[in-house]
Amino acid sequence: MNMTPIQCTINGQAREFQVDPRTSLLELLRSQGLTSVKQACAVGECGACTVLIDGTPIDTCIYLAVWANGKTIRSAEGEVRDGVISSVQQAYVDTGAVQCGFCTPGLVMTTTALVEKYRGQQLCRDTIRRELAGNLCRCTGYEKVIDAVLASVDNKPGCNGQGGCGRCEDE
Amino acid sequence: MSLGSSSNRVDAQAKVTGKARYTDDFTMLGMRFAKYVRSPIAHGKVKRIDISKAQTYPGVDAVFTYDDVPEFIFPTAGHAHSLDPNKLDVADRYLLTDHVRHQGDAVAIVVACNQLTAERAVELVEVDYEELPVMTTADQALAEGAYPLHPGGNVLKQQAIATGDLEQAFAESDFVLEGAYHTPIHQHCHMETVVSYAYMEKDDHIIIVSSTQIPHIVRRVVGISLGIPWSHVRVIKPYLGGGFGCKQDVLEEPMCAFLTMKLGGIPVKIELTREECFTASRTRHSFDIKGKIGVSRDGVIKAYALDVKSNTGGYASHGHSIAAAAANKIPYIYPRLVFGYKALTFYSNLPNAGAMRGYGAPQATFALESLVEEAAQKLGMDPVDFRLKNVAQLGDFNPVNKKEIKSCGITECLTRGREMFEWDKRRAACVEHKGPIRRGVGVACFSYGSNTYPACVEVSGARLVMNQDGTVNLQVSATEIGQGSDTVFAQMAADVLCIPDTWVRTISTQDTDISPFDPGAFASRQSYTVGPAILEAATLLKEKIVAHAALMSGQPARNLSIRDGKVVYGSRPDYVLYEMREVSMDAYYNQDQGQPFFAESSHKTRTNPPSFGCTFVEVEVDMPLCKVTIKDILNLHDSGRILNPQLAEGQVHGGMGMAIGGALFEEMLIDAKTGIVLNDNLLDYKFPTILDLPDLHCSFVETHEPQSAFGNKSLGEPPIISPGPALRNAIWMAAGVRIDELPITPKRLYEHLARAGLI
Amino acid sequence: MYDIEHYYKAHSVSDAVQRLSENPDARLIAGGTDVLVQLHHMSKKYRDLVDIHGLPELGGITQLDDGTIRIGSGSTFTQIIESPLVRQHIPSLALAVSNIAGPQIRNVATIGGNICNGANCADSAPISIVLGARMEIATLDGVRFTPLESFYTGPGKVALAHDEIAVAFHFNQADYLDIGASFYKYAMRGAMDISTINCAAACRLDEGRFTMLRLAYGVAAPTPIRAKAAEAAALGKPLNHETLGAIRDAVVQDVAPRTSWRASKEFRMQIIRTLAERVVAEAARNAGGTLA
Repeated sequence: MNMTPIQCTINGQAREFQVDPRTSLLELLRSQGLTSVKQACAVGECGACTVLIDGTPIDTCIYLAVWANGKTIRSAEGEVRDGVISSVQQAYVDTGAVQCGFCTPGLVMTTTALVEKYRGQQLCRDTIRRELAGNLCRCTGYEKVIDAVLASVDNKPGCNGQGGCGRCEDE
Repeated sequence: MSLGSSSNRVDAQAKVTGKARYTDDFTMLGMRFAKYVRSPIAHGKVKRIDISKAQTYPGVDAVFTYDDVPEFIFPTAGHAHSLDPNKLDVADRYLLTDHVRHQGDAVAIVVACNQLTAERAVELVEVDYEELPVMTTADQALAEGAYPLHPGGNVLKQQAIATGDLEQAFAESDFVLEGAYHTPIHQHCHMETVVSYAYMEKDDHIIIVSSTQIPHIVRRVVGISLGIPWSHVRVIKPYLGGGFGCKQDVLEEPMCAFLTMKLGGIPVKIELTREECFTASRTRHSFDIKGKIGVSRDGVIKAYALDVKSNTGGYASHGHSIAAAAANKIPYIYPRLVFGYKALTFYSNLPNAGAMRGYGAPQATFALESLVEEAAQKLGMDPVDFRLKNVAQLGDFNPVNKKEIKSCGITECLTRGREMFEWDKRRAACVEHKGPIRRGVGVACFSYGSNTYPACVEVSGARLVMNQDGTVNLQVSATEIGQGSDTVFAQMAADVLCIPDTWVRTISTQDTDISPFDPGAFASRQSYTVGPAILEAATLLKEKIVAHAALMSGQPARNLSIRDGKVVYGSRPDYVLYEMREVSMDAYYNQDQGQPFFAESSHKTRTNPPSFGCTFVEVEVDMPLCKVTIKDILNLHDSGRILNPQLAEGQVHGGMGMAIGGALFEEMLIDAKTGIVLNDNLLDYKFPTILDLPDLHCSFVETHEPQSAFGNKSLGEPPIISPGPALRNAIWMAAGVRIDELPITPKRLYEHLARAGLI
Repeated sequence: MYDIEHYYKAHSVSDAVQRLSENPDARLIAGGTDVLVQLHHMSKKYRDLVDIHGLPELGGITQLDDGTIRIGSGSTFTQIIESPLVRQHIPSLALAVSNIAGPQIRNVATIGGNICNGANCADSAPISIVLGARMEIATLDGVRFTPLESFYTGPGKVALAHDEIAVAFHFNQADYLDIGASFYKYAMRGAMDISTINCAAACRLDEGRFTMLRLAYGVAAPTPIRAKAAEAAALGKPLNHETLGAIRDAVVQDVAPRTSWRASKEFRMQIIRTLAERVVAEAARNAGGTLA
């Protein structure tokens, strides 16, 4: 099949590829060594392959690589700056939200988008649940994942993250 | 002290950045990909197979059928080997077969340059089947004249236990209650699918990289399946994305090894799709259980008996031991009675069932704790009070194996749970909800073992090597599969060595050519069985360090000690003689004395204490919508000493989540007539999303198990056992219907509510 | 690697229409969340693709001069949920589509795909039907309009010729002004699931009486449907439990749920009846009504 040229930014680096249009973005990113992009269902049911495209979480397993043309892509590898993991990644480490780790990079990226979207706002556990509903995890029961998200945002005094305080955006 | 504190996971940093490499993250020059030709029907014989079109398809290296595979029949269950021929796992598989026993059974395999080419070539293989009768139930498989799925017939295993005179015990009971219970087929749904690859560097050495819980067992079984010495096989296990028992089975490793052998050693990878994981890896055994319980008027259980039929599907896998294992694990919880247990495990045309978290105990406990609830209701007793009267006490004996219970926190689990959960208040309040939205509370208990002894040999090894800088590498063959064992092992070693746990690097990759022998991750065994090996090796290493420091300083070794990674005087721990790196450097490089520090140990465990716990849960039932919502849930555990509270909580949360899924959402739906799996994907197999689980609460009743190296007992599997029956009991209270089959999905709840005329 | 034989990136809607007209095997791909799943299963129906992903012509959510809200068919569900225009004028649509799948899918999947693939469980359909949505369709001969309600012609079938492309959905002011609307997705999980039944209602009340009610379901029949008998049971009646009961009883005439391995028709009927009452009650509350 005719190769299609694309240009995109991956974790801050401008990149150019000749892409076979049959390739998924998951395959393209993994071929570049981005092992954080995990395949677990291949049909958009689990979120393990989540990256941010222009700041938005998407499942790369059902996203054609050619669609990445002109886009800015962020994966878990790129969240490490000068050897220091991001505050979201650190929160996952500190709260014990990591177990087998296979869903973790996807969750980290969805959380990163969530934290950026709700910056300066209050976050309830309910909101967190809705925003992370596309990431399946079989190890944690999600309990410490929610703890990790809460630890990633600076919830203002008065919000316990439990809901019911009346100050959260969606209550 | 590191043990007992919530040290961060040693692998967390690697996992949050995506740097941790799992099997599929490795690739090799020239790697090929294999795809199976699988049966679309659940039972049949191949009449004709034509691989010619696939063989000549561009990009295809080879196609093999059942005619091409070795004639060695092999077992797949992940148990340690036994010298007793009667205890060997059941061998009933070849690499490929012309007698397909379940949908997805494999008749041929294509090796090609990439996945897509292999997939296309698979579609070019022509297969005609003679359809044979499909048996999905016990009645069909055990009927007179039923088609035998294996040479020995369709009964895989039978057993019967009675620890006393059951009939007499029931006769002496004031009330005898009976029930029939059904548990569904679950699938593990580890996020990383089943994946392996193999290659060869020498003719007598096959290297297999695999997502497995049991590298040393894989090595042995690959040897058996190919008829080659076990030592010719080397199994490497990198990071692993969840197993939950599915990968306590030998899965694709023998086929990868066979293919690379046939193709001159080039690397060949097999990665099952999610759909294949459902139909052609392993599932949880569905149990049908008839139960009977006898109680006295004053609330004492006199006897109970369970009669289990366990459906193992097309092959044995762990089928011969799972129903039996439950009989070892559950009797601890109510030990002062006559225990009866019968089990029959049969073959059928369902996908192959194998090990899954809990190994028979969740199924049996569902029946037991439903029966116990019936009895409490019959007696008009509070369900917690009733259980408190009957649960194990220190000094009780397991009625089956007569082992003494030497640590026991179940009474405190129940009393603390009752208080934390505000059981009495909530239970009283539930009665007030009489409209379409009702409330109920439920409780259930469990017991479990801490390893497989004496069913299997329990052996673990540990090797410690001190680096020049004073840090220590720790090697074990107990596998990190997500549960956090690498971290706890580092904590154990650090504690014994009196060094910071960050100085211990647990080598996470197992390599059977290098790592000390240990069968792997299963039976919630690792902290219990590896603990003594680490304790011994670290004690030995510490002695060597102190001895060398004595040599360096001219002080007698008895005067020296290690504190916080420094060599100090035993009587003056604040006085530092040497930093650890000084001692280690001297040991490595002093021209005249000493040697680098290393120590290793292998330990056989011959004790197997029970862990205990219980679940409290409150549900809301929306009767017209047939929907159950968990309002609150609390698990309490006696797992002995808690070695890392944060990791322990993580195990409990994960187990509770999986249990809730299993009780309210998950079942593999299989057409009863055709044996075809209807929901072989993560959309239709409803394992809970983050929106489907409530906040999960847990609490530990810490006991100290005297037989344990560090006071700990099992924890990995136990959290999955009691939430199911607790939910069933709560739903009974709320909705007024006794539902004795799981999962209690809205459609099942609808059937019961409609039958009872409640909607 | 997907098993695609031919791939064509369309430059415009008319380019795509042209391409479709020339090739009877060609299929559109927009968000890809259905088509690529089909391809994962080696479906041979989608091996010839015309890619309209991200075509600017199909995007955009705007308000026309007459107050109509026009939603480009290529709009993702997230764009719909976050659109200030949608939130202001047809918030029930935002609510409904926020129940679809999970965030990652909603960030890519389009309303056009959800409607045009003909699935009777499409969560955007019942709400769009009760909001009186009309579809703007590009053809070789120009643009035509059709009400969404008559778009579904049979199981998996829609009134869209092979060489036509749904371009936009129009929500007229007359249909959304002063209404109360509501939506409920009944599924086995809180996310990442297919509706067992979905239900939408829109109504107007005058002095506590229903002056208009539209009630629609997905999965209650071979296609998404209006429940006209149930609607009739409400017209002119006061908002009270009796009326809601009458709606619940009447809806049985409107629907024809079937038994599949996912759920039995009896169970679906129980949910249909319960939702008739609850979703209409919620819509009436949103219309300012108070349930006596």
